[in-house]
Amino acid sequence: MAKQDSPAPILDASGVSKTFGAVIALRDASLRIDAGEIVALMGANGAGKSTFVKILTGALRPDSGHVRIRGRDTNVASPSQARKSGLVPVYQEPSLIPDLDVADNLTLGSTPKEPFRHWVSELGIADLRLDAKIGQLPLATLRILDLARALATEPDVLLLDEMTAALPTNLVERVLRVVRQQATSGRAVIYISHRFSEIAELCDRASVLRDGVTVGDLPIGPAVEDQIVELMLGAKLAPNRKREVVAADVAAPGSMPRLKVRGLGDGAKLGNVSFDLHPGEVLGVVGLEGQGQDELFDILAGFRPAKAGSFEIDGRPATFRDPADAIAAGVTLVPGDRANALFMDRSVQENIAVPLLARLRHWGPIPMRAQTRRVNDAIERLQIETRAQGEVRRLSGGNQQKVTIARWIAKGVQTLLLFDPTRGIDVRTKRQIYALVRDLADQGAAVLFYTSELNEVRLACDRAVVIFGGRVVDVIDAAEADDQTLMRAAYGLTEDADESVPA
Amino acid sequence: MRRILSENGWVIGLAAMLALLLIFTKMIQPQFGLSGLDSLSRAVLPFAFATAAMAVVVIAGGIDLSVASMMAVTSVTAALLMQGAGDVAAAGVVVFVLLLGLAMGALNGALIVVTRVPDIVVTLSMLFVWEGVALLVLNAPGGAAAGWLKAMIVGGVTIPGVPDGMTAWLPRSTLFMALVIGAIWLPIRRSRLGLSIYAIGSDANAAFRSGVPVARTRIAAYAICGLLSACGGLSLTFSTGIGEPIPGPYLLASVAGVVLGGVVLGGGRGGLLGPIIAVVILRLVRLDLTLLAVDPNVTTIIEGTIMVVVVMLGGLLAAKGRH
Repeated sequence: MAKQDSPAPILDASGVSKTFGAVIALRDASLRIDAGEIVALMGANGAGKSTFVKILTGALRPDSGHVRIRGRDTNVASPSQARKSGLVPVYQEPSLIPDLDVADNLTLGSTPKEPFRHWVSELGIADLRLDAKIGQLPLATLRILDLARALATEPDVLLLDEMTAALPTNLVERVLRVVRQQATSGRAVIYISHRFSEIAELCDRASVLRDGVTVGDLPIGPAVEDQIVELMLGAKLAPNRKREVVAADVAAPGSMPRLKVRGLGDGAKLGNVSFDLHPGEVLGVVGLEGQGQDELFDILAGFRPAKAGSFEIDGRPATFRDPADAIAAGVTLVPGDRANALFMDRSVQENIAVPLLARLRHWGPIPMRAQTRRVNDAIERLQIETRAQGEVRRLSGGNQQKVTIARWIAKGVQTLLLFDPTRGIDVRTKRQIYALVRDLADQGAAVLFYTSELNEVRLACDRAVVIFGGRVVDVIDAAEADDQTLMRAAYGLTEDADESVPA
Repeated sequence: MRRILSENGWVIGLAAMLALLLIFTKMIQPQFGLSGLDSLSRAVLPFAFATAAMAVVVIAGGIDLSVASMMAVTSVTAALLMQGAGDVAAAGVVVFVLLLGLAMGALNGALIVVTRVPDIVVTLSMLFVWEGVALLVLNAPGGAAAGWLKAMIVGGVTIPGVPDGMTAWLPRSTLFMALVIGAIWLPIRRSRLGLSIYAIGSDANAAFRSGVPVARTRIAAYAICGLLSACGGLSLTFSTGIGEPIPGPYLLASVAGVVLGGVVLGGGRGGLLGPIIAVVILRLVRLDLTLLAVDPNVTTIIEGTIMVVVVMLGGLLAAKGRH
């Protein structure tokens, strides 16, 4: 580790572990920060980063290990105590009370007003009224107010979680400058970001978590990105893949695409996404958390309207007002959270049958025999364990997920949107789901497959589009999609020079 | 000025509606005068306290279904203890009963916080518990109330040295209600506790992260609800002179007042003035329909319709205001 010899770090966390039931979220996490340092806290999805942050900020108690600030054990039991001990977090979603005005929010958190005003204008918001209701301010402003509120309390340690995510460029610059000033004046900063360009510009060191263990702590220098990605994956990096031009990739295999997406955006998270999805193809979507994938799938499934761009289905422009429109057009979503898709208290058969019956004109007697046949076909095809079929709630997670897919197979699927379908599912069931997806594709279905597990691109997809910051930054063939390539792309490292990553 | 208008638009609208209703009442019943106003105000009193009690917990993002039962417990306790007691002892009883209400409410809140059972379930259970307690205290209407307490809410306001004509139009019960609720709520509203109550109702997670002690604030909100319920129970005993162990129709009326009064179910928005005016409106509508000799069964249909239509119009106006 880099700074073993420094006398008294401001923040010293070591040996931190935390388990939730049988799941080990953290084994041995540690973090040391000296005065004036900015340290990036890095980790891939599921590495334990958010659990570690919650322990540092007092939202969770560790099972073992200690967190010391200025040498004192912080027995943090709540965010207000962490605040008193000198660590102030700024979370991704603003922690301001929507129905109160700015002044009341300051009073509530015991924030001094004058320093707050100072920081707000320093951060580039000129005309803030203290009697403005929080709920009526735009998200970017709220994030700035949250940061200003944290700065006004003059914390020893500032924790910034994706601070620049929702900000326009001019505010980002201001924020980075202010954070740098904070470090210069002797505070410690924990900086969490998906943007390597900011980390390279701002941070002194990067501390990397993998599988709940702090596996590395390295100074930021030239080409440190590759080292960090290596540490996050626990594997050596192959030499850089040569990139082709994105536009050419997008238009890949011939014939008419089933789903043609052009310049799709939602005005916030999702910027400008274009790709083609062909019948018989499984197209992977890869992205870090919050890069616009949720919005993309929601728009395609008719859950929310697009603010920009358009998409076509079988060459016809499509606009969905609600999910029923999407289903009628043959586009169906298997959402990431199974609880959102299933009727947990009802039987397997009923769950599978509902989409068959959902349209209003099907009201009236249910053609029982035909329905039973189709449902049983689907159950058999998916090898769903039916011993506990009375209530879907009692099935294992894997079998529940199979039910969510089975219902659309029973209906006959043309375009299937799978959002992280194998999350928290055992390996055998995962294999069955991959095989099933491939089967469906072979029968002419088009499948869009978002996954948070990089190796699934090779196992289940033909190609993968990588999105970063709401845009497609790369399109990679499954054959070439090793973890390192995908990870680099997911962090925006293969992007063209316009994001100005110092090489 | 425009800001004040837009933020209190709901309350101003309700007040205008109330004024129109009063004029309408005078039109259909020319004899409606000081005594009419006085009896209306006295009849509204327990409803107003129940509504204020409910409004506090709803603002904090909860609900308390045991409001009417707590009123029954405090009403019978006061009536029983005051029987044969002197004036000074009666004052002691009032203080004791207020503390009892505070404790009952705090118990409701603590149960919700500790057991993590949803508030609606906990307070539904407590509705039955307090109902039983009230009958144990006094199994039939009875007891007594001190004369000076009755005098506080009967008749018009008289101030020594000021001619009656200037003050008598204001019913004592209205003044009583304004003073009591003002004395309880205004100091809280202007304190950190008040902000915290709005904060946990608006966004409990953000409140937690802002350092608000969410559990304690929730208990405090229920305790205030209990205190205001106790005021309601006392006002029942004062106005009737006896304690009534069977809870009156205050629970659903209080929810109706809260909804019509501009407090958002779910919490964080609204105040106490709106719900109180709203509950007066609902009582006055009922009075007018009775005066018009409308079938009482139709009366409830009209009341329900008014509520849905007003809340819907309010929602539409609010949506329009935002664009």
